[in-house]
Amino acid sequence: MDLTLRVWRQKGLGHPGEFEEYRAREISPDASFLEMLDVVNDRLTLEGQEPIAFEHDCREGICGSCGMMINGRPHGPEKGTAACQLHMRKFTDGDLIVIEPWRASAFPVLKDLVVDRSPLDRIIEAGGYIGVDTGSAPEANLIPIPKDVAETAMDAAVCIGCGACVAACPNSAAQLFTSAKIAHLNLLPQGQPERWRRVEAMVDTMESFFGSCTNYGECEAACPKSISIDFIAVMNRDYFKAKLRNRRYVSQV
Amino acid sequence: MTVQLDAKIPAGPLEDKWANHRFEMPLVAPPNRRRFEVIVVGTGLAGASAAATLGEQGYRVKAFTYHDSPRRAHSISAQGGINAAKNYRSDGDSVYRLFYDTIKGGDYRSREANVYRLAEVANEIIDQATAQGVPFAREYGGLLANRSFGGVQVARTFYSRGQTGQQLLLGAFQALARQIKAGTVEMFNRTEMLDVVVVDGRAAGIVVRDLVSGEITTHSAHAVVLATGGYSNAYFLSTNAKACNVTAIWRAHRKGALFANPCFTQIHPTCIPQSDEFQSKLTLMSESLRNDGRIWVPASGADGRAAGDIPESERDYFLERQYPAFGNLVPRDVASRAAKRAVDSGKGVGPLHNGVFLDFANAIDRLGRAAIEERYGNLFEMYERITGEDPYRTPMRIYPAPHYTMGGLWVDYDLMTTIPGLYAIGEANFSDHGANRLGASALMQGLADGYFILPNTLAAYLSGMLGQAAPPSDHPAFTEAANGVRDHTRRLMSTKGSRTVDWFHRELGKIVWEHCGMARSAAGLEKAIGEIPALRAEFEADVRILGEEESINQSLEKAGRVADYFELAELMCRDALYREESCGGHFRVEHQTLEGEALRDDENYAFVSAWEWQGRDRPAEVVREPLEFESVELKTRSYK
Amino acid sequence: MHPRLPIGFATVDSVRENAMAVSTTTAKPPRTPPLPIRFYRSAIGKKWVMAVTGIVLIAYLIAHLVGNLKVYLGEDELNSYAEALRDLGGHLVPRTSLLWLMRGGLLLAFVLHVHAAYSLTYTNWKARGGAYRDRDYAVANYASRTMRWTGTIVLLFIFFHLADLTWGAQPAAVDGFARGEVYDNFILSMQRPVSAVIYAVANIALGFHLYHGAWSMFQSLGLNHPSFNRWRRYIALALTGFIVLGNLSFPIAVQLGLLEL
Ligand SMILES: Cc1cc2nc3c(=O)[nH]c(=O)nc-3n(C[C@H](O)[C@H](O)[C@H](O)COP(=O)(O)OP(=O)(O)OC[C@H]3O[C@@H](n4cnc5c(N)ncnc54)[C@H](O)[C@@H]3O)c2cc1C
Ligand code: HEM
Ligand code: HEM
Ligand code: SF4
Ligand code: F3S
Ligand code: FES
Repeated sequence: MDLTLRVWRQKGLGHPGEFEEYRAREISPDASFLEMLDVVNDRLTLEGQEPIAFEHDCREGICGSCGMMINGRPHGPEKGTAACQLHMRKFTDGDLIVIEPWRASAFPVLKDLVVDRSPLDRIIEAGGYIGVDTGSAPEANLIPIPKDVAETAMDAAVCIGCGACVAACPNSAAQLFTSAKIAHLNLLPQGQPERWRRVEAMVDTMESFFGSCTNYGECEAACPKSISIDFIAVMNRDYFKAKLRNRRYVSQV
Repeated sequence: MTVQLDAKIPAGPLEDKWANHRFEMPLVAPPNRRRFEVIVVGTGLAGASAAATLGEQGYRVKAFTYHDSPRRAHSISAQGGINAAKNYRSDGDSVYRLFYDTIKGGDYRSREANVYRLAEVANEIIDQATAQGVPFAREYGGLLANRSFGGVQVARTFYSRGQTGQQLLLGAFQALARQIKAGTVEMFNRTEMLDVVVVDGRAAGIVVRDLVSGEITTHSAHAVVLATGGYSNAYFLSTNAKACNVTAIWRAHRKGALFANPCFTQIHPTCIPQSDEFQSKLTLMSESLRNDGRIWVPASGADGRAAGDIPESERDYFLERQYPAFGNLVPRDVASRAAKRAVDSGKGVGPLHNGVFLDFANAIDRLGRAAIEERYGNLFEMYERITGEDPYRTPMRIYPAPHYTMGGLWVDYDLMTTIPGLYAIGEANFSDHGANRLGASALMQGLADGYFILPNTLAAYLSGMLGQAAPPSDHPAFTEAANGVRDHTRRLMSTKGSRTVDWFHRELGKIVWEHCGMARSAAGLEKAIGEIPALRAEFEADVRILGEEESINQSLEKAGRVADYFELAELMCRDALYREESCGGHFRVEHQTLEGEALRDDENYAFVSAWEWQGRDRPAEVVREPLEFESVELKTRSYK
Repeated sequence: MHPRLPIGFATVDSVRENAMAVSTTTAKPPRTPPLPIRFYRSAIGKKWVMAVTGIVLIAYLIAHLVGNLKVYLGEDELNSYAEALRDLGGHLVPRTSLLWLMRGGLLLAFVLHVHAAYSLTYTNWKARGGAYRDRDYAVANYASRTMRWTGTIVLLFIFFHLADLTWGAQPAAVDGFARGEVYDNFILSMQRPVSAVIYAVANIALGFHLYHGAWSMFQSLGLNHPSFNRWRRYIALALTGFIVLGNLSFPIAVQLGLLEL
């Protein structure tokens, strides 16, 4: 199939960027979207033009490296699918495809489609963990966890940290990413001791980089793991409780 | 032979070796730990767990990764699960059985002492991960669930849906993040290590390139730990992430670290067959699918018929036929070769006749669609996305693909390479898997190395350097290494040839897959050893890299990695040629039984072949580490 | 490395704490303000306040509508209702005191709601790093995307509305405005096509605002339960339907001449 790409090209951080148009001829419908870009890049190189920089690694939808706006949708049109798992058979011959980087003040463009998503790591560092030093863990089966709880925690834990939720959100809010991690840890018995500090620290850090949530729901629709915005409600509740809780007495309830 | 290899295996009975050794090793007292700087390259399971643990213990750690975040390491894509001998199912499992299965699975080409230690600490890993909040699958009673994996007859594999590696890595990453916050670990993202610096015979630091600014800098430390993963991408098409590479350990190899068993590579039986020329990678379908899926081909060869139209009588369930005892759950190397035989005999299915069926029809009848969906839902989705076929209705098509490399830097019992102060952990070392790795044991090894083994053995080394500062990073050796890297980069940039990096990588991959893949012959290997240097010369003369050195330049990154793959590929072939036997993943057509099974030669080849770099234009030289087996007796593996 | 930005819109507790933790200066940390302020400083706190004030406002709207529906029962009914409002609490409290109390609460809710709305809007515009060339929304609907505008319309309307029917201030109010003659003011006002249109438009805007708002507030308050979630939309729809249709009926009825002096 033959396609036209309109791609955002930007030399580097702070440089002005602009759209360039490229032809992508004889693309196999079985190719993945990134393989299509590989082909285009190879041809660009041979024509003496610098290839398009885009992030990718696993190409299995799990590492969270890839990510770009494809025709106005983060990771492209297919629901619950990362760009690397999107296949060209989802497009039709002759299509025009617009490709843009994630856009958010907290995600400055480093080059072409590559952005800096490190603020997401700052959020994890703020409290997205359970503090157990190596070796201090008790026997695993000492803590039974209801299957439903474990499953729900897992539903949240599958986040791949791609940042599509931020890219999708008209407010550039990182609510879905943050709430997914908070829910994963706060739902589990192991996560209780740090529960209230965690939610406060992570939310406060999140808010120092990102916008606020007005419940658009775009993030859920864009999330390659279809993580539910219900977790955002869970986070809001925990944050409110965290402010009111008398931390010295929590073990009582 | 220049080097003498001493594995430093502790004395005493197998069961006590690790315990005794831990007691005998000198320690570093808590207040002194912050005087030591340790560099950890790689933040996969091995690297992240090591860096986090060392940070917790109070060392000053610098961690490096070329990813934009530690969480993206290739470990993230591990699907199936992680082994441990908890024996929660009380189906006769034990530390000794895990040890035995691993040795046997590795076709008796690994060290007893290491493997036993691995089996010993495996249980602690499950405890640690659970405490970190890793959401392992659970029974309704709230306790941990298990599944079974290829090559064993017990259910000892712990898993989180089809994303076990992701959850374990996030656990380690979060532990690391905690230390980054605490300031014990300094994290360098988007920073690629391009050389090891050796001062007075000891590893003293590394040279790195900032992948955003292109700046080349040096870092010094008391010890350097390489946790940089495997080199399956030497085949170009593999199940590994695109960026996986050999550069870090290859640079170490060139600086004097011996490279062990390079030809021991694992070809994974259940991957989606290649669909076209431009394919950039092969996708793994977790081995766990073999629990419920049945593998078959049309007995009378592939005719256009759809799978559904082929009656039972005309199907050949070749694994069940050839290996009644293990059936579809034989180890990977065995399953892979069986599939290859089937396809080579013209029975391959699919448009390119390059696959075999993995059929869930029976399982769905037996357990119902819901049960299958719960177990493999995300894998089935992934398959449908990629192929456009619905595995609930038509059987999957699968074919073996390069997946894991048992070979790697040679390390002693303490995980130290032949360069003092330079350690290799995880897939980067030649590890505990011998000639073939059992499923769900790489995650186990990576975390065992990082959480529980290295932090102990490293302390012993550091304790000897108390009071000494790490060499200053402006020491001539650093400047020299840095300049070396700069020249290398410049040379690549200034070639301005007419072919892309990927083109060369593809061509190289074809050669290695053809001659050093699932079946290897002396003739083929010699051919490859001739072809590779030729292609390399072409690469050096004709590769085209655009863009600048001082910014993100992905072609440049790839080129550096491919350059090292050329040298490695040649060594893989030499090693394969040198090992005149068939064992595990290494199958020499000259050495097989009448039914085409691997023919091992314990008389002459029960050793580790460790290769020493001799310079670019002289072939590497081999040093042998003989393998003594005191506890297990060497048997021909039989899964019949 | 390349520059790192905490954009730092919100001056947030633990962020500041960290800053102090790392800063070597032994300067006294600024006294932490009382909890409500700290809570309101965070965006989630603001959203929580918006939701709560939103509920107050909705409650008022319902009561207000119910009261207004009395016009259909005739002049005296409405006037006496208006009178009753002023007489709330009977002789136990000074006349109109409770009414003023209610007005005070209402005003406070409004002010908070609007302040939060604007400060969050500002934060979000700062967080947005430029617009996409083309953006294709998946689920965000017209209502959710226009909250800020519908809100503003409602705000403007309220000034008009107060001037018109409460203060009797020109030009909003009719010439013949007479304090206490609620019914007449009401009819006279709505007989003016312009005013009728204003009322209609404002209430439609309010409808959109409520349709998203009344759903959104459950999220903000963390009221979330699998067996209840799907009802949140219906509740929002019902609320909106009742309030908007009720309110719209007045200008229409007057214009059609169903209600007259
Ligand atoms: C698809 C797939 C599925 C798998 N499933 C399973 C399974 O179910 N069970 C199991 O036990 N094993 C499985 N494995 C194997 C297992 O995932 C890997 O062997 C293991 O994760 C390797 O971990 P590691 O920490 O050694 O290396 P990696 O996780 O590969 O990490 C390498 C790290 O080193 C960094 N790095 C590398 N080179 C450099 C450099 N030059 N400079 C800076 N940083 C560098 C990378 O950025 C990365 O952080 C699977 C493998 C694949 C490919
Ligand atoms: C009778 C009048 C009003 C009612 C009943 C009302 C009700 C609500 C409700 C229930 C919400 C949802 C809050 C949440 O998501 O938690 C909301 C949100 C909002 N309101 Fe109002 N509101 C009214 C007036 C206004 C006014 C005058 C403005 C000022 C411009 C305004 C601006 C907003 C904005 C911008 C939001 C979205 C904020 C967000 O979700 O973050 N509203 N409103
Ligand atoms: C068509 C719909 C409406 C009608 C017919 C209507 C009618 C009235 C009348 C007659 C009064 C005067 C009451 C009195 O002076 O005793 C009044 C007051 C008021 N209305 Fe409305 N109203 C409508 C819609 C609204 C809306 C949508 C809002 C808010 C967003 C609103 C807010 C108020 C307020 C705040 C007052 C002042 C109450 C007080 O005096 O304490 N009204 N309205
Ligand atoms: S929540 Fe979804 S969209 Fe957001 S980072 Fe995680 S996976 Fe990506
Ligand atoms: S899109 Fe944005 S507004 Fe909230 S619900 Fe998702 S974060
Ligand atoms: S490349 Fe890893 S998620 Fe897309």
